[in-house]
Amino acid sequence: MQYILPLWPAYPELFMLAMVCAILVADLFVSDDNRIITYALTQAALAGCFAITWLTITGEPIHTFSGMFVDDLMSDVLKLFTYLGVMVMLVYSRAYIATRGLFRGEFFVLVLFATLGMMIMISANHLLTLYLGLELLALSLYALVALQRDSAIATEAAMKYFVLGALASGMLLYGMSMIYGATGTLEITRLSEIVFDGGGKDVVLVFGLVFIVAGLGFKLGAVPFHMWVPDVYHGAPTAVTLFIGSAPKLAAFAFVIRLLVQGLGAEQLLAEWQQMLIVMAVLSMAIGNITAIAQTNLKRMLAYSTISHMGFLLLGILSGDLNGYGSGMFYVVVYVLMNLGTFGMIMLLSRSGFEAENLEDFKGLNQRNPWYAFLMLLLMFSMAGMPPTVGFYAKLSVLQAVVNAGYLWLAVVAVLFSLIGAFYYLRIVRLMYFETPQDTAPIVPRADARVLLAANGLAVLVLGIFPERLMALCMYSIQASLYVTQ
Amino acid sequence: MLLGFPLLSLAIWVPIIAGVAVLFTGSDRNAHVARVIALIGSVLGFVVTLPLYFGFDPLASGFQFVELSPWIESFSVNYHLGIDGISLLLILLNSFTTLLVVIAGWQVIRERVAQYMAAFLILSGFMNGVFSALDALLFYVFFEATLIPMFIVIGVWGGPNRVYAAVKFFLYTLLGSLLSLVALIYLYNVSGGSFSLQEFYRLPLSLGAQILIFLAFMMAFAVKVPMWPVHTWLPDAHVEAPTGGSVVLAAIMLKLGGYGFLRLSLPITPDASQYLAGFVIALSLIAVVYIGLVALVQSDMKKLIAYSSISHMGFVTLGIFIFNVHGIEGAIVQMISHGFVSGALFLCVGVLYDRLHSRQIADYGGVVNKMPVFSALFMLFAMANSGLPGTSGFVGEFMVIMGAMKANFWYAFLAATTLIFGAAYTLWMYKRVIFGAVANSRVAELQDINMREFLVLALLAIAVLAMGIYPNPFVEVLHTSVNDLIAHVMQSKLPVQ
Repeated sequence: MQYILPLWPAYPELFMLAMVCAILVADLFVSDDNRIITYALTQAALAGCFAITWLTITGEPIHTFSGMFVDDLMSDVLKLFTYLGVMVMLVYSRAYIATRGLFRGEFFVLVLFATLGMMIMISANHLLTLYLGLELLALSLYALVALQRDSAIATEAAMKYFVLGALASGMLLYGMSMIYGATGTLEITRLSEIVFDGGGKDVVLVFGLVFIVAGLGFKLGAVPFHMWVPDVYHGAPTAVTLFIGSAPKLAAFAFVIRLLVQGLGAEQLLAEWQQMLIVMAVLSMAIGNITAIAQTNLKRMLAYSTISHMGFLLLGILSGDLNGYGSGMFYVVVYVLMNLGTFGMIMLLSRSGFEAENLEDFKGLNQRNPWYAFLMLLLMFSMAGMPPTVGFYAKLSVLQAVVNAGYLWLAVVAVLFSLIGAFYYLRIVRLMYFETPQDTAPIVPRADARVLLAANGLAVLVLGIFPERLMALCMYSIQASLYVTQ
Repeated sequence: MLLGFPLLSLAIWVPIIAGVAVLFTGSDRNAHVARVIALIGSVLGFVVTLPLYFGFDPLASGFQFVELSPWIESFSVNYHLGIDGISLLLILLNSFTTLLVVIAGWQVIRERVAQYMAAFLILSGFMNGVFSALDALLFYVFFEATLIPMFIVIGVWGGPNRVYAAVKFFLYTLLGSLLSLVALIYLYNVSGGSFSLQEFYRLPLSLGAQILIFLAFMMAFAVKVPMWPVHTWLPDAHVEAPTGGSVVLAAIMLKLGGYGFLRLSLPITPDASQYLAGFVIALSLIAVVYIGLVALVQSDMKKLIAYSSISHMGFVTLGIFIFNVHGIEGAIVQMISHGFVSGALFLCVGVLYDRLHSRQIADYGGVVNKMPVFSALFMLFAMANSGLPGTSGFVGEFMVIMGAMKANFWYAFLAATTLIFGAAYTLWMYKRVIFGAVANSRVAELQDINMREFLVLALLAIAVLAMGIYPNPFVEVLHTSVNDLIAHVMQSKLPVQ
């Protein structure tokens, strides 16, 4: 029993697991008319996890389960944002999934299982724990994408996602096995000690690293491993697209930090993966931004925009110092915030039998409803990285880290691609403000979604005027969690 | 008594808050309320800048009305404001112009009035922010943020080709400023983690680094000024923008570029500025001469004034990069004067456009017969644009030419050709539009300007004449700042070997 002690750092995960099982059973006894109970229980589970995580923050890294699980400040902060992201996503999706027959127990249970997977990934201190969390997340997501089973496009997307995702998992596992072969351990803390002591020259280790980076590339959706992203974003029901595009990015960030930085962050290996990340970052920004221009489907466009954002995120990580990791964390949190708002907007304009997923559907939004147009304007300018929105500071902090690491040319490349990116975000603003509406149906969101969307849009602006708190939080939590391994 | 009171913050935030308040009036059913709030906001915004002028000590070096409080501590960015003589005049010009634009749009704008007024008020606040920021990041944030309202103004209330013009305007200027952001981040790292401009001023930099930084800044500011050959967005933006948009664009937004040169390029990279001065001067002279000739052949009044703006702004960059008191003071005076004159000319074209819905010179003729008051005012501004002594246009051009003469005769010679070309294109346009027999039946139905239009143009006429006849109040606040700037530029910042 002492191997799994202390147990309390894992309370949020345990609570979540218990709640998911309870909801799974409880949902059997709820009729379709009362499905709202399942919804409320789901929100309660997330809120409960939030409270538990909040109450158990210590700021010190605490290892448990024989070193397979870690609870540090970074994991706590990322988990808190994950819960928030999932809760917001559920509120935005509620009307959308209700009109599409997805307001069912499976949806909520799968979302919660995915969330549990993310929590495990975020707190993993062992390659197997990481892998378990990842698979729990991925399997839930495959099922979520395919949930609308009569839709051919969704099924196709799910199939593609599953096949490519399985391939990526295979690569990751293969890479992990090589690392195990080279170092004899799977525990990240132990691994980093061995690598720091000079075990990194081993060719097998570097070979394993290549597979790991490729696997990470798949999960992040970075070029050249991005093929699944546009199809999945496009094919999945918008609620699921929102889910895939938001909280899992936080987990993916933790995944990269745990594996590359904490596990394989020793100097000689850092130089290896830095080079790979540079290639992936530049390609992601290039292909993501340029291809996005040609899209007429908003969800596809946002998929390519995600790819470019992941490229930017990689820039922060490849800077290779605490400052860079902190900026990466800030970037990903801000990205999730913007992404939630944007997809929330798409679902706001969708209604029964109509998907507002083409760019045209945003035409003249300013005449239909100036308030929502304004919120979308804020979100788009934030995505483009324009001050005074928070997206600017996210880009700024990453660029600062990149320049600080001596990659001035990368910073120049990054800003040039964000200029290209500005073009297609601008196009949405243009459609909303400069064109006359095609679709004149009144926009009648639920009150909770309306309030939350307003808060989300304004948060982009308010955090843009006062970015200090969030920025400092990210920087500090990275410092508090990583200084041991540096 | 005025010290310690956050006047600069008021100058920035009063218009912005007023703009937000205007937005809350919502739809066009409350258009009148929106107009009234906008007027109150712009008057207040102008009034709060007046104590800046009267409380300003023209003899003191350094920045005045300084406000400093931490903003983003992770990046040691401060909310650091302060002005010298250069920014003072531009802030006054900006707040004054915003007031005029609000009045000028009073009846003309009928659709989405609240958004129109709000965009200009918020824009005005942002631009005051640019002119008073002493922290590089704060400067950049305001500088970039100005794009958003202007983009909306051009795109929503603009002419038929407005979407193209708005997007071109936005991307063109964004390209320039993004590169300057990289330069600022580089400076932040080199300076050991500070975005303070005064810190940057002291920072020793090698010539190679200075040149790269200078070029990055130049990308931002040259596009904004705009200098030849990156001026092509301006005629499009001007032609498509509504009158108010053109006025603000010409009167203030272009000055952000000139101001950027003075506030960032010159003091941060003095050696590179001198090293590359010949290059910038060459571009400026091309703008003055070549763009002057281009203006001559325009058939669209707004386009003509747009090209004239580029040509006049060539004077500004020329004056800045000859590095003597006359040149730089002349450049600043020219910026202010151009703010009045080009703003007034765009308003005049706006007056005609509101009546006939055409900007083509060929559609007019003999307007004086129907609109004598208007024609008289238009005359004054046309004369000022061609640099007639006694108008503000003369003072700046004369000072710059004088400064150029000290530097190099041929600079002065080429610059002086503008007095000919400027007079040629402006007066020729004036002649074709105003004089002669009444050209067609539509011109015959023209009504002279009403009280509101008269008020706006008369205010500008007073400013143009006052500055032309007695420029001292404008120039005297500049002396110390300009002398300090030149002394700073003359000091090499190359690291001691």
